[in-house]
Amino acid sequence: MKTNRAFYIGVVLISLLLGSLPFWVQSEYFFFAAYTVLQFVILATAWNILGGYAGYVNFGTAAFFAIGAYSTVVGYKLGWPQGYNILLGTFMAGLIGLGMGYLTLRLKGVFFSIATLALSVVLNTIVTNTPFLGGARGVYVIVPRESPIGVGQYIHWLFFLILAMAIFSVIVARTIEKSSLGQGLMAIRDDELAAEGLGVPTLRLKLIATTISGALMGLAGTTFPYLITYMEPTATFNLSFAVNSIAMPIVGGLGSWLGPLIGALLLGTIQQVASVTLSATWNLLIVGGVLVFFVTLAPNGLMGIFKKK
Amino acid sequence: MDISLDLLFNAIISGLLLGGFYAAMSLGISISFGMLDIVNIAHPVFIMLGAYVAWWLNEHFGFDPILSALLMSPFFFLMGLSIYRIYYDRFEKSAGGDSLRGLAFFFGILFILEMLLLLLFGVDYRNVNTGYTDATINLGIVNLPYRLLIPFVLSICLLLAIRQFFKSTYFGRAVSAVAQDPLALQLMGVNPVKIKGYAFGLSLLIAGFSGAMLIIIQSVQPAAGRDYIGLVFAVCVLGGMGNLMGTLFAAMILGVAESMTATFAGPSWSPAVSFGLLLLTLAFRPQGIFGK
Repeated sequence: MKTNRAFYIGVVLISLLLGSLPFWVQSEYFFFAAYTVLQFVILATAWNILGGYAGYVNFGTAAFFAIGAYSTVVGYKLGWPQGYNILLGTFMAGLIGLGMGYLTLRLKGVFFSIATLALSVVLNTIVTNTPFLGGARGVYVIVPRESPIGVGQYIHWLFFLILAMAIFSVIVARTIEKSSLGQGLMAIRDDELAAEGLGVPTLRLKLIATTISGALMGLAGTTFPYLITYMEPTATFNLSFAVNSIAMPIVGGLGSWLGPLIGALLLGTIQQVASVTLSATWNLLIVGGVLVFFVTLAPNGLMGIFKKK
Repeated sequence: MDISLDLLFNAIISGLLLGGFYAAMSLGISISFGMLDIVNIAHPVFIMLGAYVAWWLNEHFGFDPILSALLMSPFFFLMGLSIYRIYYDRFEKSAGGDSLRGLAFFFGILFILEMLLLLLFGVDYRNVNTGYTDATINLGIVNLPYRLLIPFVLSICLLLAIRQFFKSTYFGRAVSAVAQDPLALQLMGVNPVKIKGYAFGLSLLIAGFSGAMLIIIQSVQPAAGRDYIGLVFAVCVLGGMGNLMGTLFAAMILGVAESMTATFAGPSWSPAVSFGLLLLTLAFRPQGIFGK
């Protein structure tokens, strides 16, 4: 319990520190960058719940993210308040995660991976051909200029939201890791047949993990339309979400809540710098290169490197 | 009614022709994924690499893509050999295998290759012009364009050749054996790692070949490879893992389905066809249409 207390004290301190940023940092661009990095913290953490703990590779991060984002578009068009939209997107993404898992998780793990890749393309095509969701042309989401809490600009409000979501995701991941659910998932990763034989309800645990993981990815997407204010399928179904959310946990270290956090902060910041100084192409080249490098030469990520010493 | 019947016939014919070519594209995956259990998700990007090499050779030396396909084959084979070396060394050697990291490895390679193509050749569409690009054979109501016909014929030849090769040579039978029981193979004094390396090299050789065929059929851009990921895996699963004739039939079905969708529902729906079919297959018939 001692580590638990230390963790939550840390959470409170970091929330206070980051939460105070809008009161003394001027640059608006800084908050766009910080938003993007925190968004990756959520995606990487969510991916790790299924990928890191249970060993199932999800290539469909972009799909779940887009479900969250486009749920917000639907809610926005219906005139719903932001809070409802966030809940709707999270719920929808979780539901589709459950459905996907139910259809493919009984097969070999590889088939689940390929199916998740297929999911993003199918959803992308549906959105492109649905005028209500903006189709290929896109749709505008109008946001107020001021933050709804009275102080600061709207980007500050979005920063608070994504910060809260990121902290929530990390707490969820850590709680899972310490619970019997996490233990069961890790047993599946190490030897699924043996786990099944010892009475671990493998399919049910995998379904729970897929649902939570998908819901958190959807959660990360729900505020995306408010950030970019113009939604179109190419930006939302971007495969860079998928490669990033795989690379970050692997760079940080799979299978613990800290790994994706470190990976996302590190890779996310590098990319923010690289996209200013280089280009988006170089950005993805760097992520791909780092991914291949770590996976072949340092399979346990940065956490593995530091633990050895 | 006359016109739509025309459309229907032409959609079916071009679907069948495309299907033959899709069979060649998926053949490499049928070998690597179906037989060797290596999930090379980057396979379609190797096809794009082949297409760009063929384009480059055509642009600078005026080579016909068919000639380029033959010229680059040994290089793609060697590339496959060396990639398999790394893959084996890092992901297969340890007992049980580490499929998660293997998948992530190929996913990373996919992005590296795609971004390199983007940096080297830019985002523009590239195409080649040969003497036969715009020619067609007219058979009454059906048009047979050479740019579809030639890749079709070559792809079918390739498929039959590979099938014969697997059936009747020592190496081919060893590959089939390694798929079934690598340990037994080892006990008979054959090195399964070597066999798998050659077979993986062969799968990339086919990728390069299909790339050259692709650039005859249509213009390409670096990110186009992603659209074929669903296609090659759908064909491989639908046809039954590692079943080469099944691959051909599944590819034909997919080609016709895609071409019908493009003709009657609009081309913007066609990406969903292969991926949708893949999802349905995985959900309801993961052993493929010809499986037991």
